[in-house]
Amino acid sequence: MRPKGVKMATISMTVNGKQLSGEAQGNTLLVEFLREELKMTGTHVGCDTSQCGACVVHVNGESVKSCTVFASACDGGTVATIEGMANDDGSLGVIQQAFQDEHGLQCGFCTPGMVMSIADILKNNPQPTEAEIREGLKGNICRCTGYHNIVKAAQSAAATLSGAAQAAE
Amino acid sequence: MYSFEFTRPSDLSVAVDALKGDGAQALGGGQTLIPVLKQRLAAPTTLVDLSGIESLKGIRRMGDMLVIGGGTTHGAVAASGDVAAAIPGLVELTSKIGDPQVRNRGTIGGSLANNDPAACYPSAALALGAIIVTNQREIAADDFFQGLYATSLEEGEVITAVKFPIPAASTYQKFEQPASRFSLTSVFLAKMQDGSVRVGVTGAGADGVFRHEGLEQALSANFSAGAVDGVSVSAEGMSNDLHATPEYRANLVKVMTKRAVEALS
Repeated sequence: MRPKGVKMATISMTVNGKQLSGEAQGNTLLVEFLREELKMTGTHVGCDTSQCGACVVHVNGESVKSCTVFASACDGGTVATIEGMANDDGSLGVIQQAFQDEHGLQCGFCTPGMVMSIADILKNNPQPTEAEIREGLKGNICRCTGYHNIVKAAQSAAATLSGAAQAAE
Repeated sequence: MYSFEFTRPSDLSVAVDALKGDGAQALGGGQTLIPVLKQRLAAPTTLVDLSGIESLKGIRRMGDMLVIGGGTTHGAVAASGDVAAAIPGLVELTSKIGDPQVRNRGTIGGSLANNDPAACYPSAALALGAIIVTNQREIAADDFFQGLYATSLEEGEVITAVKFPIPAASTYQKFEQPASRFSLTSVFLAKMQDGSVRVGVTGAGADGVFRHEGLEQALSANFSAGAVDGVSVSAEGMSNDLHATPEYRANLVKVMTKRAVEALS
């Protein structure tokens, strides 16, 4: 229920390459806007206190916790979410496939944020060390896997992506 | 969260005008303020988001000063070659704040204005003798921090930039509280161009960030880890919580200062 007298604003953003608009109040969080207004529920809310990282998306190319960013602050911006990580034909993207291959998920709740954080790590550092991967995942909490297989998935994705980059040269 | 109006001006003067309104509150990166709003510990009527103001962002070297715009994120400072060349301690500091996502949103202006007693940035501002530039005036760091979450900023005053004198050497040694990743006790050590040494301590003081005169004098006279041993750091005035006693924090001040000296030796 929207309280009476609360001003709504129309917010537009490019989400996974598509121009989308919706209504938001001043205090609407980006994750609420994505899930409840745009109906893109791939991005999860774990803790809602910016600890767990299940809600990580990219805003203007930088990874952020969408539970700790206002939707209105992203008006006119570019947002990338887990829904954009699959290949165009619907098959799993490289990082997603690596999670499946390496058993990087159990319950899967943290996985959208993990995948988005790893995409950010590999964008800035295509061949990270294990320590750099663990450091880069500091803002993501997983309660199932103990992180080992998530780190392996990141290493596997890094190898696949850098192999593909070398093959293209 | 209580409801509020949200405005995101692209011009500083528009933001300053908006902040004159009753119940208006500035929003930097929101990595502290948004959790505070969620807990209903603040109830602004208008939130003035400063993140759309390009003139508040950026890093530039001006003579013997490094100038960082108030809206510059921790991530931008951590990744800056200019900062690494001029004040490597600031790269160490910003690359250890929170996690990558927090660093991509949180800003230097927001951190200093909030003056959390366990935040990292205040120790660097104090140790380097920074000048906090606002839309109204320039404030020396020694006059800026006024105790827990308190600064000399007036209502509606916005940090537009921070000027850091470039030291001869600097380092930040962080002992973090592993769950919050705030400082349990951390030390920013700066060896200034005139040879004097300044020591900023965060996370330890019951009144927030402070400089330790005893350590500064000892290290200015003899820059060695051994000089730290001869200094007495009192537990009086150190904060006490479930993570650490005042005595533990007082000991950490010496331990982290020694590590800082060793890192620069």
